[in-house]
Amino acid sequence: MARKISMKQAINEALDQEMVRDPTVVLMGEDIVGGAGGDGERDAWGGVLGVTKGLYAKHGDRLLDTPLSESAYVGAAIGAATCGMRPVAELMFVDFMGVCFDQIFNQAAKFKYMFGGRAQTPVVIRTMVGAGFRAAAQHSQMLTPLFTHIPGLKVVCPSTPYDTKGLLIQSIRDNDPVIFCEHKNLYGFEGEVPEASYAIPFGEANIVREGKHVSIVAYGLMVHRALDAAAALAREGVEAEVIDLRTLSPLDIDTVLESVAKTGRLVCVDEASPRCSIAADVSAQVAQRAFAALEGPIEMVTPPHVPVPFSPALEDLYIPSAAQVAAAVKRTMGGSKHG
Amino acid sequence: MSDRITPLVMPKWGLEMRQGTVAGWLVDEGTRLEVGTPVLDVETDKISNAVEAPDPGLLRRKVAQQGQTLPVKALLGVLAEPGVSDAEIDAFIASYVVPAAGSDEAEAAEAYAFAEVDGLRVRYARRGLERGVPVLFLHGFGGDLGNWLFNIAALAEVAPVIALDLPGHGQSDARLPGASLAELAGFVARFLDRLNVERVHAVGHSMGGAIAAQLARDHAPRVASLAVFGSAGLGEEVNVDYTRGFVDAASRRELEPVVELLFADRSLVNRALVDGLLKYKRLDGVTELLGTLHGALFEGGRQAAMPLRDLAGKPLLVVWGAQDRVIPAGHVQHAPAHATVHVFDDAGHMVMMEKAGEVNTLLRSHIGA
Repeated sequence: MARKISMKQAINEALDQEMVRDPTVVLMGEDIVGGAGGDGERDAWGGVLGVTKGLYAKHGDRLLDTPLSESAYVGAAIGAATCGMRPVAELMFVDFMGVCFDQIFNQAAKFKYMFGGRAQTPVVIRTMVGAGFRAAAQHSQMLTPLFTHIPGLKVVCPSTPYDTKGLLIQSIRDNDPVIFCEHKNLYGFEGEVPEASYAIPFGEANIVREGKHVSIVAYGLMVHRALDAAAALAREGVEAEVIDLRTLSPLDIDTVLESVAKTGRLVCVDEASPRCSIAADVSAQVAQRAFAALEGPIEMVTPPHVPVPFSPALEDLYIPSAAQVAAAVKRTMGGSKHG
Repeated sequence: MSDRITPLVMPKWGLEMRQGTVAGWLVDEGTRLEVGTPVLDVETDKISNAVEAPDPGLLRRKVAQQGQTLPVKALLGVLAEPGVSDAEIDAFIASYVVPAAGSDEAEAAEAYAFAEVDGLRVRYARRGLERGVPVLFLHGFGGDLGNWLFNIAALAEVAPVIALDLPGHGQSDARLPGASLAELAGFVARFLDRLNVERVHAVGHSMGGAIAAQLARDHAPRVASLAVFGSAGLGEEVNVDYTRGFVDAASRRELEPVVELLFADRSLVNRALVDGLLKYKRLDGVTELLGTLHGALFEGGRQAAMPLRDLAGKPLLVVWGAQDRVIPAGHVQHAPAHATVHVFDDAGHMVMMEKAGEVNTLLRSHIGA
């Protein structure tokens, strides 16, 4: 039986195994070598939350500590990727991505298209996303829609340790730039993970719970809220199917469409701001392609269109809850044969 | 408590099972049950199957309701003769306490073990009696020891039982000691050496049946008897849609229709079963390794070798599901004359799962237990 490890450990193990397997894999980031050398200490802190702890002691100079300049080292990682390396850059909080948009949006995402398909940019940018960490408006955003909007980028946001390890390994082996979004409130979440290496292909959503009355689509932390809602709904006789998108680009819309064809109802849950969100995108695609299958209005459960509040009480209200998901399910079921 | 009342409880199918969900009752209250009568369907996160009556008796009360999820050993129903009053049954149900899950020590004793053979790490399970000739379970192509989920415990009551994940399968290392039947059988022999086991009753499914037969040919003194299920090694044909499809399927969407070929009743293929197989297939090296094995044994839908044909000198039980869509049941015509042959009408390739109760009875009688 596979042992249980946390999502944080799953990230560490994926990085370690890929570094052992492939000498071109290098890590870059702020403070990933910090702490090493003090008082005879060989190991480093492993970044701000210790995700890469132990890797410096094992892989040494293949971990590159960077200045506090995201524009510089993300650009360097992208440049190294075009020259044959497979760098994994750790960008502490996704909120800081703004200073390196040109490198990501205009350079990394475009090379394959602008050089006749001959240029590869196998870079991974790992970054923490999401609210609930009491870290206020500049350290709590869910910016997945920004990256999903750009052709040429792949966007991943896992919900379990098993998926995290397999998707991170796939991200490193993939020849395109990948934005790997780690929800910081899932770092301690534990689950069964095989010790051996494995890759989960992109663009394959995971049906985490089967049901016939309503389809709930989510990713990241929201998968767990959706599952909580589904468990509560089951006690009232409503069987919800919960779909974890796992990768937002590419998007496995086929699995969503098949599910909606079965259930006739769709609830999209997204921790990103509501306008132009993943929820809005999935809702639009289903409305366009499966309108005839719908038996009720599509519902979206998202935060309000405001920055993440600093007040803990308001932050808790900001993040979509299981109760809100369940309420949305009941709205779309309203007056139906199941309701 | 009364010894005139027999509780029907949630079974434990395999080490990992903690609870099951009642999918539906198959009989009504007041039905007279024989040993092995399917009483209700239970779904677990691995598979669905019928709970069979452990003793003969009259089903007096259904305690578990359809849709309920209950822990292992929870009370599902009550068997008692008409002489037992309803009040006694009510009292029995009211006082029934679900035994606590096994202690850590008991769990550890039940856990899987690992052995190193030729530098290759092998997962195996050892259960059952201390004395006697062990029953050795060999799974098929792409399978693992979990394929014997419904058989291991039943055989462990009457004999020592050993089940392993063959190299490149389950949780054994994703490497092969070679891809021929002789190399695989040689590996199994060295695995038995490692466990200090002299002789076994070899039980094989599909490719595992051919390996068992090869073991009986190349290492005759090691094999006391053979029992094979939907076995390779008797006839030429093998459904390449299954074997090649299993190797090539990379997603749930591709794998599900392939796995459905294994069962007569396709509804037995649930999401968890497919997810488990995908997790195995995603491991580094597994797809290439299965491709190699496929090339050596089943290329083009033709079996490379038929070690079961004309196999003499060993008691041999040959079992098939008539609806086997992987290896045709017609291959029983090639079984050696001395073999005991049994074909189940409404079972497919996974006959030892779909007909677990009957198969266990056949196996017990075959090994003389």
